[in-house]
Amino acid sequence: MNKEKLNIPKSIYGFGGALISISGILLLCSFLVGTFLNYIVSAQTLINSISAFFLLIGGYYISKAKPEIKWGGRLISISGLQALYIYMSPSFTPDLIIYFPPIFLFFGGLIIRSVDNKFGLSGILISFSGLASLILLILPKIFAINSYPFFLYLYLIPIVLLIFAGFVSTCSEFKLFVSKYIFSIDHKWIGIQYGITSMIFLLFGFSLMMIMRYQLAYNMGTGELKDLISPDMYNALGAMHGTIMVFLGVVPMIVGAFGNYLVPLQVGAPDMAFPKLNMASYWVYFIGGIVMLASFFVPDALPAHSGWTSYVPLATLSSGSGQTFWLVGMIFLITSSLLGSVNILVTIIQLRVKGLTWMRLPFFVWTQLITSFLLLLAFPPLEAAGIFQLLDRVAGTHFFDPYSGGSVLLYQHLFWFLAHPEVYVLILPALGIVAEIISNNTRKPLWGYKPMVYSTIWLGFMSFIVWAHHMFLTGMGTTMSSFFMITTMIISVPSVVILSSLFLSLWGGSIRFNTPMLFALSFLPMFGIGGLTGLPLGLATADIHLHDTYYVIGHFHYVVAPGTIFAIFAGIYFWFPKITGKTMNETLGKIHFYGSLVAMNGIFMPMFLQGLAGVSRRLSNGGYDYAHAKEVLYLNEIMSICAFALFAFQLFFIVNFFWTLFRNRYDTEVDTNPWKSNTIEWTDTTSPPLGHGNFEVIPKVYRGAYEYSIEGHSKDYCPQTEES
Amino acid sequence: MDIEIPYNVEEREDTGLYNAKLGIWLFLASEIMLFGALFSTYIILRTGDTTWMTAVKGAHLNIPLATLNTAILILSSVTFVMSWVSLKLKDFSGFKKYMGITLLCSVLFLVIKFFEYKAKFDVGHYPSTHNFYAVYFTITGLHGIHIIGGIIVNAYLWLPGSKMWNTDPKRFTNRIEVAGLYWHFVDLVWIIVFPSIYLL
Repeated sequence: MNKEKLNIPKSIYGFGGALISISGILLLCSFLVGTFLNYIVSAQTLINSISAFFLLIGGYYISKAKPEIKWGGRLISISGLQALYIYMSPSFTPDLIIYFPPIFLFFGGLIIRSVDNKFGLSGILISFSGLASLILLILPKIFAINSYPFFLYLYLIPIVLLIFAGFVSTCSEFKLFVSKYIFSIDHKWIGIQYGITSMIFLLFGFSLMMIMRYQLAYNMGTGELKDLISPDMYNALGAMHGTIMVFLGVVPMIVGAFGNYLVPLQVGAPDMAFPKLNMASYWVYFIGGIVMLASFFVPDALPAHSGWTSYVPLATLSSGSGQTFWLVGMIFLITSSLLGSVNILVTIIQLRVKGLTWMRLPFFVWTQLITSFLLLLAFPPLEAAGIFQLLDRVAGTHFFDPYSGGSVLLYQHLFWFLAHPEVYVLILPALGIVAEIISNNTRKPLWGYKPMVYSTIWLGFMSFIVWAHHMFLTGMGTTMSSFFMITTMIISVPSVVILSSLFLSLWGGSIRFNTPMLFALSFLPMFGIGGLTGLPLGLATADIHLHDTYYVIGHFHYVVAPGTIFAIFAGIYFWFPKITGKTMNETLGKIHFYGSLVAMNGIFMPMFLQGLAGVSRRLSNGGYDYAHAKEVLYLNEIMSICAFALFAFQLFFIVNFFWTLFRNRYDTEVDTNPWKSNTIEWTDTTSPPLGHGNFEVIPKVYRGAYEYSIEGHSKDYCPQTEES
Repeated sequence: MDIEIPYNVEEREDTGLYNAKLGIWLFLASEIMLFGALFSTYIILRTGDTTWMTAVKGAHLNIPLATLNTAILILSSVTFVMSWVSLKLKDFSGFKKYMGITLLCSVLFLVIKFFEYKAKFDVGHYPSTHNFYAVYFTITGLHGIHIIGGIIVNAYLWLPGSKMWNTDPKRFTNRIEVAGLYWHFVDLVWIIVFPSIYLL
């Protein structure tokens, strides 16, 4: 490419872009003046006019940059001219004229986009800006939505787009930055994006819980102490804690981050099968998360406060628009997980390298495969339920309204049809991570790899026919209860097979007790407690006593918090060297581990006692009004102190994380395989892996993933790509 | 894109599929679960509501128009296959012609749907009137959204996207096949919607 030839027009284009950017910034100023200084109309008009003038000149310079995009620039210029006219003489402007500038902006940007790839991104941003402002002009004419206070803030969208458009065309480095770090199609970076976002959400969800724990321990509505939060707010925090932790924290972490980063590396693929869908999946998840969080900022109303399950009729009747935000957010998240799961499935099925047969796959990849099937097939019914509930709230339908022929139980069935497989979505990849780490750190093959794989498939299948064990007390009848009780007992068998295999894998190994291994080891008993305490809940008779008590809370938190989240920590400590090329500090890691282990048990073990005593969940005073709760109320303070301690120990992790990240360790040579592992991602890529494409040479696989300590072999590990 | 994804165009030997084809089948599996949930809801609400049949009788659904729509959709599926076959036979103008007919049919379907909806709204039948209308509007509406999605994709492949025929004909043919699988699915949903909502 001839550099000199391109240089001159590019700088002119950049100048034009800068002017457009200034125009956008001026509009932003005008917006701020209008919003915060109570509409000083004359000042706003002045600034707007100057802004339109800049648009006029900016468009002119763009049209000069290259003959092909001449008309694109001219249209932008004309748009500026018209805007100038409108601002200068508002009283002489016919109604129709105000739609013209955005239309011209839209087509101008479109022309730039279509004839020129180099400036395409800025063109598309300009045209989106035009489109957005056009919609914002037309929308209030059709619907009366400008009565909503947040409608005003929507005007920020076209303004920000315009600023970005100019910025993008001004510096090509910025463009490079955008395509590499923001709209990246590299699975590794998308995985990191998922990881960072979901870690922030996990921390946020945890903070909500700490407010609740403070309320339970010290402000129980005793009359002596004032309530920290209202009962409704307590419900809202509980609902958002559950939603954020499950849908925005753990699943994106364990499927989005770990799945995205590791699956292509472990199957030897250059990227996911559909890199652009992968990017879309992340950004749809991001939007869904923003919508969820936005429900905290709805004016004069609470966020969604009907529990993370959003049972009807409570949810359909709940006040404010928080619940509507929740539903819209869920629909985004479901779309995101659909895109993500299709991608992971196709990657695993289609992109395995030569020689990587099904039974040579790392167990982690197997769990991701089954998990993706669950996400793919279980989420749509919740999407249907979400649409129904949204229509019930917005369009006045009666899907879940028993007074008009609707069915309340229908919602619960649709919800749990998703939410039970969702439990296995949470736990299966965690089992995969733990299996990888245990086999690696015992320097032994996994005990019973094949039974584990078959159990996983069996689990995946069975998880679709156990959902109604969450609904024993709804009066759905004893026949149904018996059926779901039996399937629930059956599904516990494969879980026990996998867990037993992992325990037996430890036998006779020379175990390395590093931080990832400690987390993985503690996962086993913690998940064991979580799983086994679930059995009484799965028995319809025992469930009569235990239903909706703190026992349930203790049970599923043992599965997810010291279970899955410990596996996530294990995975982060284990694969951190892969992602960054630096190993995390062991001492800080061990403090983090032991502290978290004690604190986790301190939080959740007392919940079993409270629950067995019959204390109900979702009470903002922790059951203070009930006589049967009196004996166990003192536990609330212990649990809350442990929760705060848990937060304190996470600080060690955060410090360790950033300290390792920014520590300069390039003086020593980076060890690409610090754990001496067999799998392809360690043996055949650098740490961190090369840019987009992962492998310099496409690997070829000759053996299974867990061939450690083979007799007669020179090393105690034997890479999958090593010829026998 | 600076890297080559394996089996993007060529079939993998052991699965006999290229990536996009497997992807669309998995996506359709997910869609089946969505429509499965919708139809389950329909069954449950219908069997649990004694006023249902009265509402159905009072609704006066326009069966002739719906029959016409069914015929139009089936025709569009046939022409879609014809357009794909044309590409297989290296007949690009044939593809343009048949795809054009497909698009025409799908737009016609929506126009007829619009008049059907309008007739319901004119006599004051809204989703909030009765659960029958709620189910009717939700299922046909979601199906309509799927049709619109299909029109966008097909129109893209018909006009700007068909440039790929000159550079990578095999990949373009694959794209038509994948879009066709989706289109047949949407067609199939309607073939279930029509008897179960209009005729039953």
